[in-house]
Amino acid sequence: MKRIPAEYRLGWLLVAPAVVAMLVVTAWPVLYACWLSLFRYDLRFPDQRAFVGLDNYLSVLSSEVWWQSLGNTLIITVGSVAVELLLGFALALLMHRALFGRRTVRTAILIPYGIITVVAALAWKFAFDPTTGFVNALLGLDQAWLTERGSALFVIIFTEIWKTTPFMALLLMAGLTLVPDDLLRAARVDGAAAVQRFFRITLPLMKPAILVALLFRTLDAFRIFDTVFVQTRGAQSTESVSVVGYHTLITRLNLGLGSAVSVLIFVCVVIIAVLFVKGFGTALARGEEQP
Amino acid sequence: MAAPTRGERLWWILGTAAVVVYALMPVAWIVSLSLKPAAQLNDNRFLPRTVSLENYRTIFQDPQFPAALWNSLGIASLSTLLAVLLGMFAAYAIVRLDFPGRRLVLGGALSVAMFPPVAVIGPLFDLWRTVGLFDTWPGLILPYMTFTLPLAIWILAAFFRDIPWELEKAARVDGATPLQAFRRVMVPLAAPAVFTAAILVFMFAWNDFLFAIALTSTDNARTVPAAIAFFTGSSRFELPTGSIAAASVVVTLPIIVVVLLFQRRIVSGLTAGAVKG
Repeated sequence: MKRIPAEYRLGWLLVAPAVVAMLVVTAWPVLYACWLSLFRYDLRFPDQRAFVGLDNYLSVLSSEVWWQSLGNTLIITVGSVAVELLLGFALALLMHRALFGRRTVRTAILIPYGIITVVAALAWKFAFDPTTGFVNALLGLDQAWLTERGSALFVIIFTEIWKTTPFMALLLMAGLTLVPDDLLRAARVDGAAAVQRFFRITLPLMKPAILVALLFRTLDAFRIFDTVFVQTRGAQSTESVSVVGYHTLITRLNLGLGSAVSVLIFVCVVIIAVLFVKGFGTALARGEEQP
Repeated sequence: MAAPTRGERLWWILGTAAVVVYALMPVAWIVSLSLKPAAQLNDNRFLPRTVSLENYRTIFQDPQFPAALWNSLGIASLSTLLAVLLGMFAAYAIVRLDFPGRRLVLGGALSVAMFPPVAVIGPLFDLWRTVGLFDTWPGLILPYMTFTLPLAIWILAAFFRDIPWELEKAARVDGATPLQAFRRVMVPLAAPAVFTAAILVFMFAWNDFLFAIALTSTDNARTVPAAIAFFTGSSRFELPTGSIAAASVVVTLPIIVVVLLFQRRIVSGLTAGAVKG
Protein backbone atom coordinates (compact mmCIF):
# COMPACT_ATOMS: atom_id res chain seq x y z
CA MET A 1 0.00 0.00 0.00
CA LYS A 2 1.22 3.47 -0.84
CA ARG A 3 1.78 5.71 2.12
CA ILE A 4 -0.41 8.78 2.30
CA PRO A 5 1.83 11.83 2.63
CA ALA A 6 1.64 13.60 5.99
CA GLU A 7 0.67 16.83 4.23
CA TYR A 8 -2.45 15.20 2.78
CA ARG A 9 -3.46 13.91 6.17
CA LEU A 10 -2.95 17.28 7.87
CA GLY A 11 -4.91 18.97 5.08
CA TRP A 12 -7.83 16.58 5.41
CA LEU A 13 -7.76 16.85 9.17
CA LEU A 14 -7.98 20.64 9.02
CA VAL A 15 -10.85 20.80 6.53
CA ALA A 16 -12.74 17.88 8.10
CA PRO A 17 -14.73 19.82 10.75
CA ALA A 18 -15.99 22.37 8.23
CA VAL A 19 -16.82 19.70 5.65
CA VAL A 20 -18.64 17.54 8.18
CA ALA A 21 -20.68 20.50 9.42
CA MET A 22 -21.68 21.48 5.89
CA LEU A 23 -22.65 17.91 5.02
CA VAL A 24 -24.67 17.38 8.20
CA VAL A 25 -26.64 20.63 7.96
CA THR A 26 -27.16 20.83 4.18
CA ALA A 27 -26.51 17.64 2.20
CA TRP A 28 -28.07 15.25 4.66
CA PRO A 29 -31.27 17.28 5.24
CA VAL A 30 -31.81 17.62 1.49
CA LEU A 31 -31.56 13.87 1.07
CA TYR A 32 -33.87 13.41 4.04
CA ALA A 33 -36.29 15.92 2.51
CA CYS A 34 -36.27 13.88 -0.73
CA TRP A 35 -37.13 10.80 1.32
CA LEU A 36 -39.85 12.55 3.37
CA SER A 37 -41.40 13.98 0.23
CA LEU A 38 -42.38 10.45 -0.82
CA PHE A 39 -44.57 9.95 2.25
CA ARG A 40 -47.87 11.17 3.49
CA TYR A 41 -46.51 12.58 6.73
CA ASP A 42 -48.49 15.12 8.70
CA LEU A 43 -47.22 15.78 12.24
CA ARG A 44 -50.77 16.41 13.40
CA PHE A 45 -51.73 12.90 12.28
CA PRO A 46 -48.46 10.96 12.65
CA ASP A 47 -50.22 7.57 12.61
CA GLN A 48 -51.35 8.03 9.04
CA ARG A 49 -47.78 8.07 7.75
CA ALA A 50 -47.65 6.09 4.52
CA PHE A 51 -45.58 5.77 1.39
CA VAL A 52 -47.32 7.61 -1.44
CA GLY A 53 -44.66 7.77 -4.15
CA LEU A 54 -44.77 10.96 -6.16
CA ASP A 55 -48.27 11.96 -5.03
CA ASN A 56 -46.98 14.93 -3.04
CA TYR A 57 -45.23 16.30 -6.10
CA LEU A 58 -48.38 15.85 -8.14
CA SER A 59 -50.43 17.76 -5.56
CA VAL A 60 -47.90 20.60 -5.40
CA LEU A 61 -47.43 20.86 -9.16
CA SER A 62 -51.16 20.82 -9.80
CA SER A 63 -51.92 23.46 -7.16
CA GLU A 64 -52.50 27.06 -8.04
CA VAL A 65 -50.67 28.22 -4.91
CA TRP A 66 -47.36 26.79 -6.11
CA TRP A 67 -47.49 28.34 -9.58
CA GLN A 68 -48.72 31.64 -8.21
CA SER A 69 -45.89 31.74 -5.68
CA LEU A 70 -43.34 30.74 -8.31
CA GLY A 71 -44.65 33.57 -10.50
CA ASN A 72 -44.41 36.02 -7.58
CA THR A 73 -40.89 34.87 -6.77
CA LEU A 74 -39.78 35.31 -10.37
CA ILE A 75 -41.40 38.77 -10.58
CA ILE A 76 -39.67 39.81 -7.35
CA THR A 77 -36.35 38.32 -8.45
CA VAL A 78 -36.27 39.83 -11.93
CA GLY A 79 -37.72 43.17 -10.81
CA SER A 80 -35.36 43.70 -7.92
CA VAL A 81 -32.20 42.35 -9.56
CA ALA A 82 -32.70 44.41 -12.74
CA VAL A 83 -33.17 47.67 -10.85
CA GLU A 84 -30.36 46.82 -8.47
CA LEU A 85 -27.97 46.30 -11.36
CA LEU A 86 -28.67 49.77 -12.77
CA LEU A 87 -28.78 51.53 -9.42
CA GLY A 88 -25.79 49.55 -8.20
CA PHE A 89 -23.78 50.59 -11.23
CA ALA A 90 -24.53 54.25 -10.59
CA LEU A 91 -23.51 53.83 -6.96
CA ALA A 92 -20.37 51.91 -7.88
CA LEU A 93 -19.27 54.59 -10.35
CA LEU A 94 -19.98 57.25 -7.74
CA MET A 95 -17.81 55.44 -5.18
CA HIS A 96 -15.10 54.59 -7.67
CA ARG A 97 -14.70 58.04 -9.16
CA ALA A 98 -15.60 60.03 -6.04
CA LEU A 99 -13.41 63.11 -5.74
CA PHE A 100 -14.29 63.42 -2.09
CA GLY A 101 -16.79 61.99 0.32
CA ARG A 102 -15.88 58.44 -0.72
CA ARG A 103 -15.75 57.35 2.89
CA THR A 104 -19.10 58.94 3.64
CA VAL A 105 -20.78 57.18 0.74
CA ARG A 106 -19.31 53.78 1.56
CA THR A 107 -20.26 54.05 5.21
CA ALA A 108 -23.77 55.22 4.34
CA ILE A 109 -24.52 52.36 1.95
CA LEU A 110 -23.35 49.77 4.43
CA ILE A 111 -26.27 50.71 6.67
CA PRO A 112 -28.96 49.18 4.42
CA TYR A 113 -26.67 46.17 3.98
CA GLY A 114 -26.16 45.70 7.70
CA ILE A 115 -29.65 46.42 8.95
CA ILE A 116 -31.72 43.38 9.89
CA THR A 117 -34.00 42.44 6.97
CA VAL A 118 -36.99 42.12 9.31
CA VAL A 119 -36.38 45.65 10.59
CA ALA A 120 -36.04 47.06 7.07
CA ALA A 121 -39.24 45.29 6.02
CA LEU A 122 -41.10 46.66 9.06
CA ALA A 123 -39.75 50.20 8.55
CA TRP A 124 -41.02 50.28 4.97
CA LYS A 125 -44.25 48.56 5.94
CA PHE A 126 -44.98 51.31 8.47
CA ALA A 127 -43.85 53.96 5.98
CA PHE A 128 -46.31 52.74 3.33
CA ASP A 129 -49.07 52.08 5.88
CA PRO A 130 -52.00 54.47 5.35
CA THR A 131 -52.58 55.08 9.07
CA THR A 132 -49.04 55.42 10.42
CA GLY A 133 -46.98 56.08 7.31
CA PHE A 134 -45.71 59.18 5.58
CA VAL A 135 -45.54 57.89 2.00
CA ASN A 136 -49.17 58.65 1.15
CA ALA A 137 -48.88 62.12 2.67
CA LEU A 138 -45.67 62.69 0.74
CA LEU A 139 -47.11 61.60 -2.60
CA GLY A 140 -50.58 62.98 -1.99
CA LEU A 141 -52.09 59.52 -2.44
CA ASP A 142 -54.69 57.53 -0.59
CA GLN A 143 -53.44 54.05 -1.27
CA ALA A 144 -53.67 50.97 0.96
CA TRP A 145 -50.42 49.58 -0.41
CA LEU A 146 -50.27 46.18 1.25
CA THR A 147 -53.88 45.13 0.76
CA GLU A 148 -53.65 44.64 -2.98
CA ARG A 149 -51.43 42.20 -4.87
CA GLY A 150 -49.84 44.58 -7.35
CA SER A 151 -48.98 47.36 -4.94
CA ALA A 152 -47.95 44.87 -2.25
CA LEU A 153 -45.47 43.27 -4.65
CA PHE A 154 -44.24 46.76 -5.46
CA VAL A 155 -43.56 47.50 -1.77
CA ILE A 156 -41.79 44.14 -1.39
CA ILE A 157 -39.58 44.75 -4.43
CA PHE A 158 -38.92 48.31 -3.29
CA THR A 159 -37.76 47.06 0.12
CA GLU A 160 -35.53 44.43 -1.47
CA ILE A 161 -33.95 47.00 -3.76
CA TRP A 162 -33.31 49.38 -0.88
CA LYS A 163 -31.73 46.68 1.23
CA THR A 164 -29.55 44.88 -1.30
CA THR A 165 -28.44 47.48 -3.87
CA PRO A 166 -25.42 48.31 -1.65
CA PHE A 167 -24.19 44.73 -1.88
CA MET A 168 -24.48 44.82 -5.67
CA ALA A 169 -22.74 48.21 -5.74
CA LEU A 170 -19.81 46.95 -3.67
CA LEU A 171 -19.27 43.93 -5.91
CA LEU A 172 -19.47 46.11 -9.01
CA MET A 173 -17.07 48.63 -7.47
CA ALA A 174 -14.57 45.82 -6.93
CA GLY A 175 -15.04 44.95 -10.59
CA LEU A 176 -14.36 48.55 -11.59
CA THR A 177 -10.95 48.43 -9.94
CA LEU A 178 -10.05 45.67 -12.44
CA VAL A 179 -10.36 48.16 -15.30
CA PRO A 180 -6.93 49.76 -15.83
CA ASP A 181 -6.98 53.56 -15.78
CA ASP A 182 -4.29 53.70 -18.48
CA LEU A 183 -6.58 51.97 -20.93
CA LEU A 184 -9.37 54.48 -20.34
CA ARG A 185 -6.95 57.37 -20.62
CA ALA A 186 -5.54 56.01 -23.87
CA ALA A 187 -9.06 55.65 -25.28
CA ARG A 188 -9.80 59.21 -24.24
CA VAL A 189 -6.71 60.46 -26.04
CA ASP A 190 -7.80 58.50 -29.12
CA GLY A 191 -11.05 60.42 -29.03
CA ALA A 192 -13.50 57.87 -27.54
CA ALA A 193 -16.44 59.56 -25.86
CA ALA A 194 -17.39 58.73 -22.27
CA VAL A 195 -20.31 56.57 -23.41
CA GLN A 196 -18.10 54.66 -25.84
CA ARG A 197 -15.44 54.16 -23.19
CA PHE A 198 -18.03 52.74 -20.84
CA PHE A 199 -19.59 50.31 -23.30
CA ARG A 200 -16.47 49.31 -25.21
CA ILE A 201 -13.91 49.08 -22.40
CA THR A 202 -15.40 49.19 -18.91
CA LEU A 203 -18.33 46.84 -19.46
CA PRO A 204 -16.46 44.02 -21.29
CA LEU A 205 -13.66 44.04 -18.74
CA MET A 206 -16.15 43.93 -15.89
CA LYS A 207 -18.17 41.06 -17.32
CA PRO A 208 -16.92 38.44 -14.83
CA ALA A 209 -17.59 40.72 -11.86
CA ILE A 210 -21.06 41.56 -13.16
CA LEU A 211 -21.91 37.90 -13.65
CA VAL A 212 -20.76 36.93 -10.18
CA ALA A 213 -22.80 39.78 -8.69
CA LEU A 214 -25.86 38.81 -10.75
CA LEU A 215 -25.58 35.14 -9.85
CA PHE A 216 -25.31 35.84 -6.13
CA ARG A 217 -28.12 38.34 -6.08
CA THR A 218 -30.44 36.27 -8.28
CA LEU A 219 -30.12 33.21 -6.07
CA ASP A 220 -30.47 35.37 -2.99
CA ALA A 221 -33.58 37.10 -4.35
CA PHE A 222 -35.12 33.77 -5.34
CA ARG A 223 -34.92 32.64 -1.69
CA ILE A 224 -36.81 35.73 -0.50
CA PHE A 225 -38.65 35.05 2.74
CA ASP A 226 -38.20 37.68 5.45
CA THR A 227 -39.60 40.68 3.59
CA VAL A 228 -42.68 38.87 2.27
CA PHE A 229 -43.39 37.22 5.62
CA VAL A 230 -43.13 40.46 7.57
CA GLN A 231 -44.97 42.71 5.14
CA THR A 232 -47.91 40.52 4.07
CA ARG A 233 -47.50 37.06 5.63
CA GLY A 234 -48.24 35.90 2.09
CA ALA A 235 -51.73 37.43 2.06
CA GLN A 236 -53.20 38.98 -1.12
CA SER A 237 -51.54 36.15 -3.10
CA THR A 238 -48.08 37.59 -2.56
CA GLU A 239 -46.50 34.38 -1.27
CA SER A 240 -43.00 33.56 -2.44
CA VAL A 241 -41.99 29.91 -2.82
CA SER A 242 -40.05 30.04 0.45
CA VAL A 243 -43.12 31.36 2.27
CA VAL A 244 -45.21 28.50 0.83
CA GLY A 245 -42.55 26.04 1.99
CA TYR A 246 -42.48 27.53 5.47
CA HIS A 247 -46.27 27.59 5.85
CA THR A 248 -46.62 24.00 4.68
CA LEU A 249 -43.80 22.69 6.86
CA ILE A 250 -43.98 24.70 10.05
CA THR A 251 -47.42 26.31 10.19
CA ARG A 252 -49.38 23.31 8.91
CA LEU A 253 -46.81 20.73 10.04
CA ASN A 254 -47.25 18.77 6.83
CA LEU A 255 -43.74 17.40 6.47
CA GLY A 256 -44.48 15.21 3.45
CA LEU A 257 -46.06 17.89 1.29
CA GLY A 258 -43.71 20.57 2.63
CA SER A 259 -40.67 18.47 1.79
CA ALA A 260 -41.90 18.15 -1.78
CA VAL A 261 -42.06 21.97 -1.91
CA SER A 262 -38.55 22.17 -0.43
CA VAL A 263 -37.14 19.77 -2.99
CA LEU A 264 -38.79 21.69 -5.83
CA ILE A 265 -37.28 24.96 -4.55
CA PHE A 266 -33.91 23.27 -4.35
CA VAL A 267 -34.29 22.06 -7.93
CA CYS A 268 -35.20 25.60 -9.07
CA VAL A 269 -32.07 26.99 -7.42
CA VAL A 270 -29.93 24.35 -9.10
CA ILE A 271 -31.52 25.16 -12.47
CA ILE A 272 -30.85 28.88 -12.03
CA ALA A 273 -27.23 28.22 -11.05
CA VAL A 274 -26.71 25.85 -13.98
CA LEU A 275 -28.29 28.31 -16.42
CA PHE A 276 -25.95 31.03 -15.21
CA VAL A 277 -22.88 28.87 -15.42
CA LYS A 278 -23.88 27.42 -18.82
CA GLY A 279 -25.06 30.68 -20.31
CA PHE A 280 -22.03 32.64 -19.28
CA GLY A 281 -19.80 29.66 -18.66
CA THR A 282 -16.57 30.95 -20.10
CA ALA A 283 -16.77 34.40 -18.60
CA LEU A 284 -17.69 33.08 -15.20
CA ALA A 285 -14.97 30.45 -15.21
CA ARG A 286 -12.41 33.05 -16.15
CA GLY A 287 -13.68 35.27 -13.36
CA GLU A 288 -13.36 32.48 -10.84
CA GLU A 289 -9.92 31.43 -11.84
CA GLN A 290 -8.35 34.80 -11.32
CA PRO A 291 -6.22 34.41 -8.22
CA MET B 1 -6.23 64.45 -12.94
CA ALA B 2 -7.47 67.95 -13.67
CA ALA B 3 -8.93 69.90 -10.78
CA PRO B 4 -12.71 69.53 -10.69
CA THR B 5 -14.71 72.46 -11.93
CA ARG B 6 -17.33 74.06 -9.77
CA GLY B 7 -20.09 72.29 -11.70
CA GLU B 8 -18.47 68.89 -11.21
CA ARG B 9 -18.08 69.57 -7.54
CA LEU B 10 -21.75 70.36 -7.23
CA TRP B 11 -22.70 67.11 -8.93
CA TRP B 12 -20.53 65.08 -6.59
CA ILE B 13 -21.99 66.81 -3.56
CA LEU B 14 -25.52 66.18 -4.82
CA GLY B 15 -24.72 62.52 -5.53
CA THR B 16 -23.22 61.98 -2.11
CA ALA B 17 -26.14 63.70 -0.43
CA ALA B 18 -28.61 61.56 -2.37
CA VAL B 19 -26.86 58.38 -1.24
CA VAL B 20 -26.83 59.48 2.39
CA VAL B 21 -30.55 60.32 2.29
CA TYR B 22 -31.27 56.99 0.55
CA ALA B 23 -29.43 55.03 3.21
CA LEU B 24 -30.58 56.89 6.29
CA MET B 25 -34.19 57.71 5.51
CA PRO B 26 -35.79 54.48 6.77
CA VAL B 27 -33.52 54.51 9.80
CA ALA B 28 -34.53 58.08 10.65
CA TRP B 29 -38.15 57.09 10.10
CA ILE B 30 -38.06 54.15 12.50
CA VAL B 31 -36.23 56.26 15.11
CA SER B 32 -38.89 58.90 14.73
CA LEU B 33 -41.69 56.32 15.10
CA SER B 34 -40.08 54.90 18.22
CA LEU B 35 -40.05 58.34 19.85
CA LYS B 36 -43.67 59.17 19.08
CA PRO B 37 -46.05 58.84 22.02
CA ALA B 38 -48.89 56.39 21.36
CA ALA B 39 -51.44 59.11 20.68
CA GLN B 40 -49.37 60.57 17.84
CA LEU B 41 -48.41 57.31 16.10
CA ASN B 42 -51.00 57.78 13.41
CA ASP B 43 -50.32 61.40 12.54
CA ASN B 44 -48.66 60.50 9.20
CA ARG B 45 -45.79 62.87 9.98
CA PHE B 46 -42.18 61.96 9.33
CA LEU B 47 -40.91 63.66 12.48
CA PRO B 48 -42.44 63.35 15.94
CA ARG B 49 -44.20 66.39 17.38
CA THR B 50 -43.26 65.49 20.92
CA VAL B 51 -40.54 63.11 21.98
CA SER B 52 -41.25 60.37 24.49
CA LEU B 53 -39.32 57.36 25.68
CA GLU B 54 -42.46 55.44 26.61
CA ASN B 55 -41.95 52.80 23.87
CA TYR B 56 -38.46 52.00 25.12
CA ARG B 57 -39.73 51.63 28.69
CA THR B 58 -42.43 49.27 27.43
CA ILE B 59 -40.12 46.88 25.62
CA PHE B 60 -37.63 46.64 28.45
CA GLN B 61 -40.34 46.05 31.05
CA ASP B 62 -41.75 43.15 29.07
CA PRO B 63 -39.52 40.08 29.64
CA GLN B 64 -39.88 39.04 25.98
CA PHE B 65 -37.50 41.59 24.45
CA PRO B 66 -34.58 41.43 26.91
CA ALA B 67 -34.66 37.63 26.62
CA ALA B 68 -34.55 37.82 22.83
CA LEU B 69 -31.70 40.32 22.97
CA TRP B 70 -29.71 38.00 25.18
CA ASN B 71 -30.45 35.03 22.90
CA SER B 72 -29.42 36.99 19.82
CA LEU B 73 -26.16 38.15 21.37
CA GLY B 74 -25.23 34.73 22.69
CA ILE B 75 -26.24 32.73 19.65
CA ALA B 76 -24.67 35.12 17.14
CA SER B 77 -21.41 35.34 19.13
CA LEU B 78 -21.04 31.58 19.56
CA SER B 79 -21.90 30.95 15.90
CA THR B 80 -19.29 33.51 14.88
CA LEU B 81 -16.65 31.99 17.11
CA LEU B 82 -17.24 28.49 15.75
CA ALA B 83 -17.58 29.47 12.09
CA VAL B 84 -14.40 31.54 12.18
CA LEU B 85 -12.48 28.84 14.00
CA LEU B 86 -13.48 26.05 11.61
CA GLY B 87 -13.16 28.44 8.67
CA MET B 88 -9.62 29.30 9.77
CA PHE B 89 -8.55 25.66 9.85
CA ALA B 90 -10.05 25.00 6.44
CA ALA B 91 -8.75 28.19 4.81
CA TYR B 92 -5.25 27.63 6.16
CA ALA B 93 -5.20 24.09 4.79
CA ILE B 94 -6.56 25.20 1.42
CA VAL B 95 -4.02 27.99 1.03
CA ARG B 96 -0.93 26.48 2.60
CA LEU B 97 -1.13 22.73 2.10
CA ASP B 98 -1.22 20.63 -1.00
CA PHE B 99 -3.75 17.84 -0.73
CA PRO B 100 -6.32 16.24 -3.03
CA GLY B 101 -9.81 17.67 -2.63
CA ARG B 102 -8.82 21.28 -1.97
CA ARG B 103 -10.82 22.63 -4.89
CA LEU B 104 -13.70 20.33 -4.00
CA VAL B 105 -13.93 21.91 -0.54
CA LEU B 106 -13.98 25.42 -2.02
CA GLY B 107 -16.56 24.38 -4.60
CA GLY B 108 -18.67 22.68 -1.94
CA ALA B 109 -18.53 25.81 0.20
CA LEU B 110 -19.69 27.85 -2.78
CA SER B 111 -22.68 25.59 -3.32
CA VAL B 112 -23.62 25.85 0.36
CA ALA B 113 -23.56 29.63 -0.06
CA MET B 114 -26.17 29.31 -2.81
CA PHE B 115 -28.26 26.82 -0.90
CA PRO B 116 -31.90 27.69 -0.14
CA PRO B 117 -32.31 27.45 3.65
CA VAL B 118 -36.01 26.67 3.31
CA ALA B 119 -35.01 23.31 1.79
CA VAL B 120 -33.55 22.15 5.13
CA ILE B 121 -35.89 23.61 7.75
CA GLY B 122 -38.33 20.69 7.47
CA PRO B 123 -35.80 17.93 8.12
CA LEU B 124 -34.01 20.02 10.77
CA PHE B 125 -37.34 20.76 12.49
CA ASP B 126 -38.14 17.04 12.53
CA LEU B 127 -34.68 15.97 13.67
CA TRP B 128 -34.21 18.74 16.26
CA ARG B 129 -37.50 17.75 17.90
CA THR B 130 -36.37 14.11 18.12
CA VAL B 131 -32.91 14.83 19.52
CA GLY B 132 -34.00 17.67 21.79
CA LEU B 133 -32.32 20.53 19.96
CA PHE B 134 -35.59 22.26 19.10
CA ASP B 135 -35.90 25.67 20.76
CA THR B 136 -32.35 25.60 22.15
CA TRP B 137 -29.24 27.68 21.48
CA PRO B 138 -27.26 24.85 19.82
CA GLY B 139 -30.27 24.22 17.58
CA LEU B 140 -29.73 27.64 16.00
CA ILE B 141 -25.96 27.84 16.37
CA LEU B 142 -25.45 24.74 14.20
CA PRO B 143 -27.29 26.05 11.13
CA TYR B 144 -25.86 29.57 11.52
CA MET B 145 -22.34 28.23 11.79
CA THR B 146 -22.83 26.04 8.73
CA PHE B 147 -24.45 28.63 6.53
CA THR B 148 -21.72 31.17 7.35
CA LEU B 149 -18.82 28.75 6.89
CA PRO B 150 -18.62 29.38 3.12
CA LEU B 151 -18.36 33.12 3.75
CA ALA B 152 -15.70 32.58 6.41
CA ILE B 153 -13.69 30.13 4.30
CA TRP B 154 -13.77 32.29 1.17
CA ILE B 155 -12.85 35.51 2.94
CA LEU B 156 -10.09 33.89 5.00
CA ALA B 157 -8.67 32.00 2.02
CA ALA B 158 -8.67 35.17 -0.10
CA PHE B 159 -6.79 37.08 2.62
CA PHE B 160 -4.49 34.22 3.59
CA ARG B 161 -3.30 34.02 -0.02
CA ASP B 162 -1.83 37.50 0.29
CA ILE B 163 -0.03 36.89 3.58
CA PRO B 164 3.77 36.70 3.25
CA TRP B 165 4.11 33.35 5.00
CA GLU B 166 7.91 33.29 4.51
CA LEU B 167 8.10 35.82 7.33
CA GLU B 168 7.53 32.97 9.75
CA LYS B 169 10.59 31.18 8.46
CA ALA B 170 12.57 34.41 8.60
CA ALA B 171 11.60 34.90 12.23
CA ARG B 172 12.70 31.35 13.01
CA VAL B 173 16.04 31.97 11.33
CA ASP B 174 16.45 35.07 13.45
CA GLY B 175 16.14 32.90 16.53
CA ALA B 176 12.45 33.08 17.46
CA THR B 177 10.88 29.97 18.96
CA PRO B 178 7.95 28.46 17.02
CA LEU B 179 5.54 29.91 19.57
CA GLN B 180 7.12 33.35 19.34
CA ALA B 181 7.07 33.23 15.57
CA PHE B 182 3.39 32.33 15.68
CA ARG B 183 2.45 34.94 18.28
CA ARG B 184 4.60 37.84 17.09
CA VAL B 185 4.47 37.30 13.34
CA MET B 186 1.62 35.07 12.26
CA VAL B 187 -1.17 36.24 14.55
CA PRO B 188 -0.73 39.95 13.72
CA LEU B 189 -0.64 39.12 10.01
CA ALA B 190 -3.77 36.98 10.07
CA ALA B 191 -5.75 39.00 12.62
CA PRO B 192 -7.29 41.52 10.19
CA ALA B 193 -8.65 38.71 8.00
CA VAL B 194 -10.06 36.84 10.96
CA PHE B 195 -11.63 39.98 12.34
CA THR B 196 -13.20 40.85 8.98
CA ALA B 197 -14.68 37.37 8.62
CA ALA B 198 -15.99 37.56 12.18
CA ILE B 199 -17.84 40.84 11.56
CA LEU B 200 -19.58 39.52 8.46
CA VAL B 201 -20.49 36.18 10.04
CA PHE B 202 -21.89 37.97 13.08
CA MET B 203 -24.03 40.22 10.85
CA PHE B 204 -25.46 37.15 9.12
CA ALA B 205 -26.38 35.39 12.36
CA TRP B 206 -27.77 38.62 13.84
CA ASN B 207 -29.95 39.07 10.74
CA ASP B 208 -31.39 35.58 10.23
CA PHE B 209 -35.14 35.17 10.49
CA LEU B 210 -36.16 31.91 8.80
CA PHE B 211 -34.28 29.50 11.09
CA ALA B 212 -35.14 31.66 14.08
CA ILE B 213 -38.89 31.29 13.58
CA ALA B 214 -38.81 27.70 12.33
CA LEU B 215 -36.59 26.19 15.01
CA THR B 216 -37.70 28.05 18.13
CA SER B 217 -41.00 28.46 19.89
CA THR B 218 -40.38 30.31 23.16
CA ASP B 219 -38.17 32.91 24.84
CA ASN B 220 -35.75 30.06 25.41
CA ALA B 221 -33.94 30.59 22.13
CA ARG B 222 -36.06 33.06 20.16
CA THR B 223 -33.82 35.76 18.71
CA VAL B 224 -34.62 39.43 18.16
CA PRO B 225 -35.82 39.34 14.52
CA ALA B 226 -38.26 36.55 15.39
CA ALA B 227 -39.37 38.28 18.60
CA ILE B 228 -39.98 41.59 16.83
CA ALA B 229 -42.06 39.95 14.11
CA PHE B 230 -44.23 38.25 16.73
CA PHE B 231 -44.58 41.12 19.19
CA THR B 232 -48.09 41.26 20.51
CA GLY B 233 -49.73 44.44 21.64
CA SER B 234 -52.18 45.11 24.42
CA SER B 235 -54.91 43.63 22.26
CA ARG B 236 -54.46 40.75 19.86
CA PHE B 237 -55.55 42.68 16.82
CA GLU B 238 -53.49 45.78 17.30
CA LEU B 239 -49.99 45.84 15.87
CA PRO B 240 -47.76 47.36 18.59
CA THR B 241 -46.09 49.76 16.18
CA GLY B 242 -44.35 51.83 18.86
CA SER B 243 -42.78 48.83 20.59
CA ILE B 244 -41.70 47.32 17.28
CA ALA B 245 -40.06 50.58 16.28
CA ALA B 246 -38.25 50.92 19.62
CA ALA B 247 -37.00 47.33 19.48
CA SER B 248 -35.86 47.86 15.88
CA VAL B 249 -33.85 50.89 16.89
CA VAL B 250 -32.21 49.00 19.75
CA VAL B 251 -30.99 46.22 17.42
CA THR B 252 -30.02 48.57 14.61
CA LEU B 253 -27.78 50.87 16.66
CA PRO B 254 -25.03 48.27 17.22
CA ILE B 255 -24.97 47.57 13.46
CA ILE B 256 -24.57 51.26 12.71
CA VAL B 257 -21.73 51.56 15.23
CA VAL B 258 -19.97 48.52 13.73
CA VAL B 259 -20.39 49.91 10.22
CA LEU B 260 -19.01 53.31 11.24
CA LEU B 261 -16.00 51.77 12.96
CA PHE B 262 -15.13 49.05 10.50
CA GLN B 263 -16.38 50.35 7.15
CA ARG B 264 -13.13 49.55 5.30
CA ARG B 265 -12.89 46.02 6.63
CA ILE B 266 -16.47 45.17 5.78
CA VAL B 267 -16.07 46.47 2.23
CA SER B 268 -12.83 44.60 1.67
CA GLY B 269 -14.26 41.42 3.19
CA LEU B 270 -17.38 41.46 1.03
CA THR B 271 -15.47 42.12 -2.15
CA ALA B 272 -12.61 39.72 -1.36
CA GLY B 273 -15.02 36.84 -0.90
CA ALA B 274 -16.78 37.43 -4.20
CA VAL B 275 -14.21 38.82 -6.58
CA LYS B 276 -10.85 37.51 -5.51
CA GLY B 277 -12.08 33.97 -4.93
